Amino acid sequence: MTETLTGAQITVRLLERQGIRTVAGIPGGAILPIYDALGQSTAIHHVLARHEQGAGFMAQGMARATGLPAVCLASSGPGATNLLTAIADAKLDSIPLVAITGQVPKAMIGTDAFQEVDTYGLSIPITKHNFLVSSAEEVLEVIPRAFRIAASGRPGPVLVDIPKDVQMQAIEISEWPEPGRAEPAPAADSALIEQAAAMINTAERPILYLGGGVIHSGASTAAIELAEKAGLPTVMTLMALGAMPVDHPLALGMLGMHAARYTNLALDECDLLIAVGARFDDRATGKVAAFCPQAKIIHIDIDPAELDKIKSAHIGITADIGEALSQLLPATFQNSRKNWVDRVNALKAEFPFDLHSTDNPRSHFGLIQSVAACLDDDAIIATDVGQHQMWVAQAYPLRRPRQWLTSGGLGTMGFGVPAAIGAALAERERTVVCFTGDGSIMMNIQELVTAAEENVNIKIVLMDNATLGLVHQQQTLFYGERLFASQFRSSPDFVKIAQGFGIAAVDLDASANPCATLMEAISRPGPCLIHASIDAEQKVYPMVPPGAANRDMIGA
Amino acid sequence: MNAINRNEQNALAHAVLEIDVNNHAGVMSHVVGLFSRRAYNVEGILCLPVGDGRQSRIWLLVNEDLRLAQMMKQVEKLEDVIAIRRHNADHAVFQDLESFFRP
Repeated sequence: MTETLTGAQITVRLLERQGIRTVAGIPGGAILPIYDALGQSTAIHHVLARHEQGAGFMAQGMARATGLPAVCLASSGPGATNLLTAIADAKLDSIPLVAITGQVPKAMIGTDAFQEVDTYGLSIPITKHNFLVSSAEEVLEVIPRAFRIAASGRPGPVLVDIPKDVQMQAIEISEWPEPGRAEPAPAADSALIEQAAAMINTAERPILYLGGGVIHSGASTAAIELAEKAGLPTVMTLMALGAMPVDHPLALGMLGMHAARYTNLALDECDLLIAVGARFDDRATGKVAAFCPQAKIIHIDIDPAELDKIKSAHIGITADIGEALSQLLPATFQNSRKNWVDRVNALKAEFPFDLHSTDNPRSHFGLIQSVAACLDDDAIIATDVGQHQMWVAQAYPLRRPRQWLTSGGLGTMGFGVPAAIGAALAERERTVVCFTGDGSIMMNIQELVTAAEENVNIKIVLMDNATLGLVHQQQTLFYGERLFASQFRSSPDFVKIAQGFGIAAVDLDASANPCATLMEAISRPGPCLIHASIDAEQKVYPMVPPGAANRDMIGA
Repeated sequence: MNAINRNEQNALAHAVLEIDVNNHAGVMSHVVGLFSRRAYNVEGILCLPVGDGRQSRIWLLVNEDLRLAQMMKQVEKLEDVIAIRRHNADHAVFQDLESFFRP
């Protein structure tokens, strides 16, 4: 049976067939045909963001929480440019995203038409791939392909730019393409796996270094099994937090710029570094020449371009992490590696991580611990970007993959609130906490009304020090205490703002019993802002000064 | 500078990349964008369709650089790139074009 459908109707039908049930976006002239078709869909719920960047981060929140590609929509021109930051953020953190933008009609492209911008050209360097669709027939091929590319190999964002006349073009359809799914990655080279296993078996002081690829691959359990079998103390990047529970006896937490001192010192002593789905980011390695100076390196990554990019590996393996680990596990010997594990534990005892005054909920660490005490591991923890993000990374007991949603590579302030909304939309049964700062929340504060409209179960914990904390910290430490443009001379009343946007809000500053107030706010369903003032003089410590070796940490 | 000297210098300083791509409007931007965003100069570009025109071949003359291996991996990752091959600077493709590039 053939149907006559427009490019817009085909787009929506393909999204439905893809299994998409929630999309976020903002309509505008050049994408109205798609919105008209979307309005007729009973399968897809559209979330109306208040800024396209918010829509992009909501889609990211859905994708990060579920691991599946998520969709955001925007119109041409400013709609598309407003999406770009969220797309770039997805590229750096390898998040599968399909962004669909409207474009001016084909005949007007290149004429500086109203709300015309070169979306295709602008998005080349920040997408995994992008399309400018030239016919309704092409829509049939491009949409499934966009999902396949977004989900395959190293995931990433794909942008599909659809001119308005293509959206309106009607064609006859007799057959639908299969939905686009992730293609299986090529298997790891078994000879290299054997060499890697031999290297692990003969190492004396190995460390397992987990990156975000472990989460994307769904390989956390395999990674923990390998660590336990081969006796491997394990560090995680910011993106990998949750892959191994923080309280696992082999877990050394996050490495790098704001790691615990013992973590970086253990890395300094290791003789074999097993990098798994990690990319030797500068925030993790510090001065690269001084990173794990005695270590041989095994590097496993699904993206061949990551091998030898920053550090040359002795063994480089291109493979899906889960598949590679399943080959590696039987080839490694059972080994408790007592001497090395004892040495690492001695470092832990000698240079413990200082969670000072954790019992005081008015301190930064105390607040984080108090929030954790109100929740179980089912909760999702999102953050914005800044001091609060690093403190949560250091102090929150993350124990589950995809429990932790944070902007790592791009470090985008404004990520937190919309990403938390997206996660809550995708996982309705979970409580989503968003730790944010007064600097970050202002960058996408308009989405509070979206949270109210969707009645999502998010708890925004606003750690307010009335400064751009990390800037304040760097100016204090490295710019002769010349504080400039890092302190807000005027701050809004965040509780009133939240209430004005239609969501509940509590102020821990005014509460006689902040723990009880917190518990009540978190257990009440629906969106809530929890405001807490914190001390602006607090620093994220320890800290590796920019450009220094990881062993040369300052503070704490 | 005579031709022999020039070739010798090319052989030291340059490499030639041969890239098979799908032939559509954006593919050249994708390929050269990888170089430009790393401030990696492309000295020469040649591109023509191959066979029925569904594919093109791009020839790039680039500086030998420590980053070249990484660049080739990045090019290889592009969705529209089918294959990339590396040649020495003395490859014939750019040799006969000199007459078109006299000042």
